Amino acid sequence: MIRSTIFLVLLLTLYPIPIQIQATPSIPNILGNNLIDQTCKKTPYYDLCIQTLVSCPESFHTDLEGLAKITVGAIAHKASAALRRIETILAKKEHSKPAVREALNACASRYRAVVEQDVPETLMSLRTGNYKFASRGTNDAATEAMSCEEDFAAGESPLSDLNVAVHDVSVVAAAIVQAVIES
Amino acid sequence: MGDHNQPFLPVSGDPECAPVLGDDVVVDGALHRPQPGSTKSKLLLAVFSGIFVVCLILAGGYDKSGVVKVAQLGGVDELGVGPIEMPAGSTIVRPAVSRGKSAGVSEKANFSPEQLLGGGEVIGDGLTEDFPWNNSMLSWQRTAFHFQPEKNWMNDPNGPLFYKGWYHFFYQYNPNAAVWGDIVWGHAVSRDMIHWLHLPLAMVADQWYDVQGVWTGSATILPDGKVMMLYTGSTNESVQVQNLAYPANHDDPLLLDWVKHPGNPVLVPPPGIHHKDFRDPTTAWKTSEGKWRITIGSKVNKTGIALIYDTEDFINFELKEGFLHGVPGTGMWECVDFYPVAVAGGNGLDTSVNGAGVRHVVKASLDDDRHDYYAIGTYDEEAGKWYPDNPAIDVGIGIRYDYGIFYASKTFFDQSKQRRVLWGWIGEWDSEAADVRKGWASLQGMPRTVVLDTKTGSNLLQWPVVESESLRLRSKEFKNVVAKPGAVVPIKLEAATQLDIVAEFELDKEAVERAVESDEEFKCSSSKGAAHRGALGPFGLLVLSEETLSEQTPVYFYVVKGKNATLRTYFCADQSRSSLANDVNKQIYGSYVPVLTGEKFAVRMLVDHSIIESFAQGGRSVITSRVYPTKAIYGAARLFLFNNGTEAGVTASLKVWQMNSAFIRPFPNL
Repeated sequence: MIRSTIFLVLLLTLYPIPIQIQATPSIPNILGNNLIDQTCKKTPYYDLCIQTLVSCPESFHTDLEGLAKITVGAIAHKASAALRRIETILAKKEHSKPAVREALNACASRYRAVVEQDVPETLMSLRTGNYKFASRGTNDAATEAMSCEEDFAAGESPLSDLNVAVHDVSVVAAAIVQAVIES
Repeated sequence: MGDHNQPFLPVSGDPECAPVLGDDVVVDGALHRPQPGSTKSKLLLAVFSGIFVVCLILAGGYDKSGVVKVAQLGGVDELGVGPIEMPAGSTIVRPAVSRGKSAGVSEKANFSPEQLLGGGEVIGDGLTEDFPWNNSMLSWQRTAFHFQPEKNWMNDPNGPLFYKGWYHFFYQYNPNAAVWGDIVWGHAVSRDMIHWLHLPLAMVADQWYDVQGVWTGSATILPDGKVMMLYTGSTNESVQVQNLAYPANHDDPLLLDWVKHPGNPVLVPPPGIHHKDFRDPTTAWKTSEGKWRITIGSKVNKTGIALIYDTEDFINFELKEGFLHGVPGTGMWECVDFYPVAVAGGNGLDTSVNGAGVRHVVKASLDDDRHDYYAIGTYDEEAGKWYPDNPAIDVGIGIRYDYGIFYASKTFFDQSKQRRVLWGWIGEWDSEAADVRKGWASLQGMPRTVVLDTKTGSNLLQWPVVESESLRLRSKEFKNVVAKPGAVVPIKLEAATQLDIVAEFELDKEAVERAVESDEEFKCSSSKGAAHRGALGPFGLLVLSEETLSEQTPVYFYVVKGKNATLRTYFCADQSRSSLANDVNKQIYGSYVPVLTGEKFAVRMLVDHSIIESFAQGGRSVITSRVYPTKAIYGAARLFLFNNGTEAGVTASLKVWQMNSAFIRPFPNL
């Protein structure tokens, strides 16, 4: 009974959209061949890419370069969140092992580099059209995040979710930058 | 921008619109906010779409278990195909570290190749004692005899020339940080292209037409000796334009001060060319009409092209119809270079030389994959066109100057010694966080002379300028050192971080004859590096290596015996075990290199702290590497000869010089 209800709901969920979209063409079709869909297909994390772009209304009214900038903004946001969490943990002096504190400090300098160097470098590069530095900046952000995670012994990283988040959105951004370069 | 026709989008209050973490992007009140004047069908759509989005997220959002390892920056494979590989589905990989055997290693170290050159084991936590980077490791990375400013970021070489007894070198420079940005022109001079003296900045971003960047340019020396410098500016509206500058005082041999032409810009993007695809003007050469001609790289859709302009005064330009050349699929051509080489080899040629006995080289830096490519061909001056000798290896799809890290390169004709000299920007292969911490980023390669390879006729030879030999101090010779299959032989030196190595190798002839023909299709980048054992290789040197080989950078030859007993040789560098650090390049890269009958396998290597430049077969194939060991530094660095082939022994003869510092410093008393 419950299962068939869920099935019905899912069916009804999928059905109305194409019909309604034809009836109201102003609703953006994220499932069709528009720029967001095409762009996200060029990245290795399609769903994350869609999520990141769709949650920002500007995505629907911008070009490929604009999409790149939006994902770079996402890198900045998540990297800043990582920095805040590091500060919080380090402030609680009594709880961390020395090795963990050392790794946290290393991660802090990595994420400061992401926010203060990688992101501005990438945005400047996109603005002026010297795109390879945007590639460098976004790829580096992914490296910093991955390296931060690897600075901890297995199971000891208090930043895993954020490291993965920064890494993955940076990879998406790098792929979009590459699409800009090749466009 | 809450468009009421998009009810299922969260309304963004933040103008920068920074999307939040995955678990925050859920259905919330905003998704169902009733919109004024909404019809019943729109409300229904909102509900269904909201549920759909929930289902999408519950279906797994994005695959958190598959962490995609982004390929490190720098060289990829020898054909330069594709910039970034993204093998998905692997979890975050801990660095492969072989702990090896520690103390008690004998002189003739009998390391087992599988143990040390084989793929390392993944140790439980992947951590070493020496992380993260400490100041000792970072300060070791600075070079002793390669050009670099005292601090901060550098990229493209600009406007190199020889003028009134001084070699001049300009470069893209960020005076404020160790990353790209705020770009201006740095300046240095030298008597010998080795001992550089820093001068004040030549040009800064003080005009509307270069306020977002004083970008790359080239110098032309007129017959009367005057210098014209054309360079790209990024304007206040991010348009790429070409500008003219010249020395304020032509009698000043140091060319300290520069004047920007009041009528700048002298060139703006022509119709059909995007305003962000128009940069890096070349040195000019004379046409038979007596005009000056330059070329500027660009692209049309995905075809990389070189535009041609003629001028008589470097102020008024005429765009020639068509392009000098273009190659489909290569994307934007940056830092185009165009110059003649003599068929007979020998000396270099002035950029304006043309006629019999001359071929012309077209070179482009490809934005798409960050590599420098060149091709040799014929210049039809009247038509303003250039044609490759071999279209299969045309610009961008054929030969690279360098199979490691080497970009934005530029040649100039050194009239004092009648040679063509090549400069190349050597970036970093470490993380930007490390660059910020150490306070600098990037080097210039050792300047190289460039000539046509008269033995093959189809490629160039590059070789460090002869003045590099003035840095040589004491030498040690090692003659006929035998390395049996699987051997690692220490080369005893007083130090191993500043070296000039000249080495020759021979494979055991009988073993070569005995070896079975293989149809192996080898590529350095898809091989297992120095651990990739074949019958006749790999063999070469382990540079910047640690005593127990916990860190090692193999630079080596790999020989495949193919059909009809023909030998094919590959020349590779393997960084997979070059450092215990987890944030540096670990790739394997290189290329096929022609080895002609009667030639031994030959390599010259300049080792200068974190840079290694390796020249195979007299410069037929070159690999530049940036290496960042954590243990194999200072007195702990070692050099080894190795042979990881399975059947043939190798006999090597080497001469190794300790190299002096070039004492690069500010020009005194300025």
